[in-house]
Amino acid sequence: MAVTPPESRVWWKEPVAKIELTWVIIAFLWGLVMFFMMIYWHVVGEQNISNEAYRIDAETFTKKTQAMVDQHTVGQRKARNSDREVPVVAPPPGSDVYLIGRLWEWWPILQLQKGKSYRLHVASVDWQHGLSLQPVNINLQVHPGYEMVTTITPRDKGEFTVVCNEYCGIGHHLMLGKILVVD
Amino acid sequence: MAPPGKEDTNDERIPFMQRLLDNPFLLLFLGVAMPAILYLIWGIMEIIQIPVAR
Amino acid sequence: MATASDFRTCPTTGLKVHSAAENLIKANAVVAVVFLAIGGLFGLLAALTRWQAVHILPADWFYLALTAHGLDALLVWIIFFEMAVLYFASAILLNSRLAAPKVGWAAFWLMLIGALVVNVAVLQGGSSVMFTSYVPMKAAPHFYLGLIVFAVGALLGCGVFFGTLVIAKEEKTYQGSIPLVTFGAVTAAVIAVFTIASGAIILIPTFLWSIGWISNIDTLMYKLVWWAMGHSSQQINVSAHVAVWYAIAALVLGAKPISEKISRVAFLFYILFLQLASAHHLLAEPGLSSEWKIFNTSYAMYLAVLGSMIHGMTVPGSIEAAQRAKGYTKGIFEWLRKAPWGNPAFSGMFMSLVMFGFIGGISGVVLGTEQINVMMHNTLYVPGHFHGTVVAGTTLAFMAITYLVVPLIFRRHIMFPGLAKIQPYLFGIGVLGLSVFMMGAGTLGVSRRHWDISFADAALSFDYPPAAFLMMTLNGISGILAALGGLAYIVVVVASVLFGKRVEGKIELGSGAGAAVAKYGSAGTLKIPGTAVLVAVFFTCFVLYYFVNWKYLSELWPMK
Repeated sequence: MAVTPPESRVWWKEPVAKIELTWVIIAFLWGLVMFFMMIYWHVVGEQNISNEAYRIDAETFTKKTQAMVDQHTVGQRKARNSDREVPVVAPPPGSDVYLIGRLWEWWPILQLQKGKSYRLHVASVDWQHGLSLQPVNINLQVHPGYEMVTTITPRDKGEFTVVCNEYCGIGHHLMLGKILVVD
Repeated sequence: MAPPGKEDTNDERIPFMQRLLDNPFLLLFLGVAMPAILYLIWGIMEIIQIPVAR
Repeated sequence: MATASDFRTCPTTGLKVHSAAENLIKANAVVAVVFLAIGGLFGLLAALTRWQAVHILPADWFYLALTAHGLDALLVWIIFFEMAVLYFASAILLNSRLAAPKVGWAAFWLMLIGALVVNVAVLQGGSSVMFTSYVPMKAAPHFYLGLIVFAVGALLGCGVFFGTLVIAKEEKTYQGSIPLVTFGAVTAAVIAVFTIASGAIILIPTFLWSIGWISNIDTLMYKLVWWAMGHSSQQINVSAHVAVWYAIAALVLGAKPISEKISRVAFLFYILFLQLASAHHLLAEPGLSSEWKIFNTSYAMYLAVLGSMIHGMTVPGSIEAAQRAKGYTKGIFEWLRKAPWGNPAFSGMFMSLVMFGFIGGISGVVLGTEQINVMMHNTLYVPGHFHGTVVAGTTLAFMAITYLVVPLIFRRHIMFPGLAKIQPYLFGIGVLGLSVFMMGAGTLGVSRRHWDISFADAALSFDYPPAAFLMMTLNGISGILAALGGLAYIVVVVASVLFGKRVEGKIELGSGAGAAVAKYGSAGTLKIPGTAVLVAVFFTCFVLYYFVNWKYLSELWPMK
């Protein structure tokens, strides 16, 4: 039994039943398939996590974002429960676009063109946040002190929401942002 | 279970893998060293090497 | 040195039981159950809050309750119970005295004090930082200190376990190799040492940071090392509950491993590779390369998954072989139909096995695929997955073996046998619902650790799809079921331990306890067609679900 020592002194040399051995081989091969699937997707797949990241301090990242906002703001979106306004920014396709995660908003609102690629820089300036783009369902972790650069190509038109899905304090459930995709 | 005394009379060599599996301290060493090298140290090296933004 | 009077011989199993080991098992198991009750209560409150129509707690209390639920149910209950498992698998199963019982008691008190300090810190309200306590969010200093003290205690407990292995070998209390269950406990203890060491590496500096001695903790570095503790601690659970599966199959049905060699190699894969999966939590992070992510998230080419898939066959296989040896040979499934489904130790164990494999296991591998993770990271899919592993897998297995621990170690008969009989089903169905509905909500994008998914007070507006709200309702109902199952467990265990009829002489553990199992399982004679069918069904589900998720991924916005 499993609660008593093995019956034979040299159990390593006991033969293995064919059915068990078959399963071990199938499970091993399946593991290889799953392993190489990830590598394969890096070669042919279109959805891969970026490996491009930099150390950056909050001040520098805010400055870069502000520069983009100053240059490309096309409108303002009013908050529904206060007089605050959030700039709507439409940077040109192919450019570097910046998104700040901070307590408790994603800033600014980005307006992108469908089918065009952008170099999206994301960083937090305070605590950790989770970028959760809905309803597309893309989820990335956002750290303070690090920016992640992802080349992203919106596939659908419409208004998309960035939810924060990393707990960031008592206002966590208020933290939203928007990405607008136009033709 | 092996009858008492059998151990002394049976001098068949224990295979290497069985001796490995019978040695908890060797397993402890392997079980700490493997993740320490492959996960922790490799991961820390990568984080240290992240370049500073221009 | 222990004298003969420190031992009794168990009339049921024939094992020599060292009283010091027995007392430590009792103490650790009792404290474990108390913290399960506390953690479970907080879990129920969390589930009822996320049920949008009930929404029972205000925001600050919700985040507090969720922090406490994680700590008590995921860490304190499970590690205390695992200490009991370690002492049982070493001293009792090896017929040995326990090494340094005083150190064992020191471990117990350190863990208890640490757990109480952490709970006080959380209940004071200033440490609602979640189980993960990601920096730079700061908890009160005694939050980290309590965790450190708890971890030191657990490390001492592991030391007592390894010491007992040495003593048993030197004093020749057993012959040949240690039993398979003890080997599973060795696996758990090895992983525990790595877990606790990683915890010390990260929690000590974080504590110093919280009292102002260190100015900054790097957030990525914290997360990397913290998960070497956070995820590995769940790997202790996997090893321990697999060992518990083997133990219950042996004690209740007289099952014998199909192959000692294969089962032990499967545990060796755990020792070598299981802990690499800490990377599952860092797949969506900036700055770690795809090479590191793919190698680690796949446990070095899925060798640890291979280990689990092996156990997933050998445990039911050994049960089938034992049942067939008893004459249940009709058709493919008579052995399973006529299994002791009314025995909560067996029913709990078998549900734990099935749900760990089908729910927790498959979802874990899919969630841990480098690219697919981007659709699930930090959504409710994640807690859905780990309620399938840690609650349906570990907690249910530990509940199941309690029904053997109470008569064998506490030497009390189980009270309210009718309630005990349905308890695993009640809890199991509740947890199944929790897992499935949280995974469903996660697939719809719903964030984990989120007080209000209607975003009523947010500056901008957003609505998750209506189906998400339905999922959260069903999740809340499942939470109530699971809580009732948990309550039934606590009532039965507490009543039995305090007021149960004393066990005199030999007891009947299950349909085939003590029945001599004829030698079976040699390569030529093993017949387990039922297990082969079960395994084939599992494999088909696994492959289909895996590729369906790749299909979903291919529909996402292109990103690189």
